[in-house]
Amino acid sequence: MLLAELSNKGVAALTYGLAAIGPGVGIGYLVGQAVQAMARQPESAGMVRTTMFLGIAFVEALALIGFVVFFLAGN
Amino acid sequence: MTTTPVRQAPSIMAVRDLGPAPEREVARDLVKRGLMVLPIAVALAALSWGGAGAASVAFAAGLVLANFLLAAALLSWAARISLGMLMGVSLFGFVLRLALIAGAVLLVKDQPWVEPVPLGVTLVVAHLGLLFWETKFVSASLAFPGLKPSAEER
Repeated sequence: MLLAELSNKGVAALTYGLAAIGPGVGIGYLVGQAVQAMARQPESAGMVRTTMFLGIAFVEALALIGFVVFFLAGN
Repeated sequence: MTTTPVRQAPSIMAVRDLGPAPEREVARDLVKRGLMVLPIAVALAALSWGGAGAASVAFAAGLVLANFLLAAALLSWAARISLGMLMGVSLFGFVLRLALIAGAVLLVKDQPWVEPVPLGVTLVVAHLGLLFWETKFVSASLAFPGLKPSAEER
């Protein structure tokens, strides 16, 4: 009922909000594991940080896709 | 009976990483590659959508490259303070950078030089394309550290 009252822009914004939750959880898990790995093996911190950075950027792409869909649908 | 004081190990969160910052190197590589491809993307957009398309592609590519640089700067800054800070900055940095991108795009979306389709498509394609390109070299150098691709191969 509430959804039916929303405009196209509102639905797009809601979708963007929902699309940002998954990447947030993903980045939290990813960084948590990376920090644990760095604490256990400080000598491999460089390698872990490189892969962590790329992982964060890949996960962030999902949120970017959500934003682009919101932006294009809202236009 | 006397008890010997037990030295408590420092918390994982308080550990800091003072080594070199690999994120900056990766981000610099990404920007270098992005700038190499940017003229072709702008020319293609100009052919399809005219001047507005070219400007939109350039704007979106600039946002993507600035996003990579900001992410790298934030992470390497936080890692020098503590791993706990690194966790916090990773998550809040994600929210902050998303908000900055959203703000920048929403700010210009009604300008006459903006075409929504090339702008949106470039945001996603440039981000993912550059990452896949970079991952190829990073994974090669992680698997065979002695066999880093030379400048000519890049």
